[in-house]
Amino acid sequence: MNVSMKSIVKVALVAFVMTSVAACTKKEVAPPPTVTPPVATTPAPKPTTPVPPAATALPPVGVAPGSQQDFIVNVGDRVYFDTDQSSIRSDAEGVLAAQAAWLIRYPSVKVRIEGNADERGTREYNFALGARRAQSVADFLTSKGVVPSRISTISYGKEQPIATGADEESWQQNRNSHTAIVSGAN
Amino acid sequence: MTKPFSPLSRRMLLGALPAAGVVTSLAGSVAGQSQGPLRGTVSEGIVQPLSIAIMIAGTEPSGNNIGEQITKVIIADLQSSGYFAPIDPRAFIQTSLDVNLSPAWENWSAVNAQFLANGRAYINANGQIQADVHLWDIYSQKEVQLSTNPNNPGIGFANNPVEWRRVAHKHADLIYERLTGEKGYFDTRIAFVAESGKRGARVKRLAMMDQDGANPQYLPVEGSGKIITPRFSADGNEIAYMALSADSARIFLYNVRAQRGEQVGQVRGMAFAPRYSPDGSKLAFSVSQGANSDIYVMNLNTRAASRLTSDPAIDTSPSFSPDGSRIAFTSDRGGSPQIYVMGADGSGARRITFGGGLYSTPVFSPKGDLIAFTKQSKGRFSIGVMNPDGSGERLLTSSYLEEGPTWAPNGRYIMFFREPPGGMPSLWMVEVNGRIERNVPYPGGASDPAWSPLLE
Repeated sequence: MNVSMKSIVKVALVAFVMTSVAACTKKEVAPPPTVTPPVATTPAPKPTTPVPPAATALPPVGVAPGSQQDFIVNVGDRVYFDTDQSSIRSDAEGVLAAQAAWLIRYPSVKVRIEGNADERGTREYNFALGARRAQSVADFLTSKGVVPSRISTISYGKEQPIATGADEESWQQNRNSHTAIVSGAN
Repeated sequence: MTKPFSPLSRRMLLGALPAAGVVTSLAGSVAGQSQGPLRGTVSEGIVQPLSIAIMIAGTEPSGNNIGEQITKVIIADLQSSGYFAPIDPRAFIQTSLDVNLSPAWENWSAVNAQFLANGRAYINANGQIQADVHLWDIYSQKEVQLSTNPNNPGIGFANNPVEWRRVAHKHADLIYERLTGEKGYFDTRIAFVAESGKRGARVKRLAMMDQDGANPQYLPVEGSGKIITPRFSADGNEIAYMALSADSARIFLYNVRAQRGEQVGQVRGMAFAPRYSPDGSKLAFSVSQGANSDIYVMNLNTRAASRLTSDPAIDTSPSFSPDGSRIAFTSDRGGSPQIYVMGADGSGARRITFGGGLYSTPVFSPKGDLIAFTKQSKGRFSIGVMNPDGSGERLLTSSYLEEGPTWAPNGRYIMFFREPPGGMPSLWMVEVNGRIERNVPYPGGASDPAWSPLLE
């Protein structure tokens, strides 16, 4: 329950980020950073528009559309699974649909779906479980129209945890599938 | 008392001997390492470890007291087995004894020694470290033959001076064998994965060390990626392992002597969970293609692979029976990970675990009389053993996270790895009757142990 609440918050946050970024780009027509390079180390001046309290969670202004950063920040590169399960949860469908739409919009991008498992299983079994999760995501993306040849899959089993705690919250984080861009991004 | 020594010793082990309380308490300080307490089990009744005195004398020309070094290793070996309580040499009354003479019996019974291993270590004519040892039964005041040579009941092992510890292990093995009736296991090595770095960015390297944790070294594996699940071939000359990189999971065979690895076969998908057949001619492993994981077996001569399972569920962690006729494996075809046994040709798969909980990583014992496994139940992981038909389950140890059992070549001990919450993994060994449980020392993270056969 705790977890799904979290996921909901996360989805909401992503949605918020997406709309606010869209709003930003509409207003400012931000030039690509390469055109007017500021001194690399100085941070960009703060926008004059008032920033909401959640500003720290906002992506850096000027994420290039079609870039890896764009994918990570505006789409979401990870979805989560229930214990010992590989079916796509309802809270993951939105993220994966957005992944599919993004991939269709940027057809030169190739991705690797990396299945992960928490540490509450034995090593070899978890490789197989992670493979199932990766395939589950790959199937979802292809069902939404992404060409299968653009997708590869692998399982990291429990070898690549993103959360290091020894509690359900960390285990939930580690039961995931990560969509990594391997080539073709802007 | 003379010839069939093992039945007798079995009887002795089961409690016909006088208690050796003083001796046992002394013994703790002898080994000097943090070894767990000796623990009897209900199934065996109250068991007294045999009290034994080890006295190997000898100094190298350089002045190095090689006798004392060998003595210490033999003491540590026997102590760690759970079957012996070596006596602190500082308690000895007779402190030197010519290797060709009988002991002063009363001096040894006075320190409650049931046995005395007396010997000398020296550099032999070939420049090798050699130890000649005689074993004495103090109560019956007779020699226990260590060698099969009736003219010389003692035994000598020699080795190159760099490997002097093996001279000690060989003697410890023979003493263990003569007094317990089981083959020894001290002159063996452990292949394992040495882990370092932060969680989430772990570096995993192929490593090897002696069974007691001495002489750790990395094995020079080519390429990058994490090394996972090394497994010894039956002759100990090869190690199969999985190498995991960002975009591939492959199986390699590493030749221990040549210190070279080669990839086996080109399969589509991921290859993992390798395990040799007992005769070394085949390699069983798992292949994941899409959502499905099946067990394959490869003929190592022809490199032809064939698929043994075709269930759409997960089939992994294959382990051959010692006669090569059966394969135990993990499958979730019934809805959760459980252990199955099938013919080596893939026929007749049958589930054997029904104990409640999740079961995986089956490994046949060297004699084929037991299967070791990992069980998950009530939020904990346990290492256990059961009969090959799934009956007689016994859990030997349990903790937050432990898995990966591997058998000592004599089938009496199981090594595995244990990981505390958020911590580094370490290697542990337990006796099949739960008699001892101890950490195998390694200065760093260690996981996925594989026990070698007895060295030549």
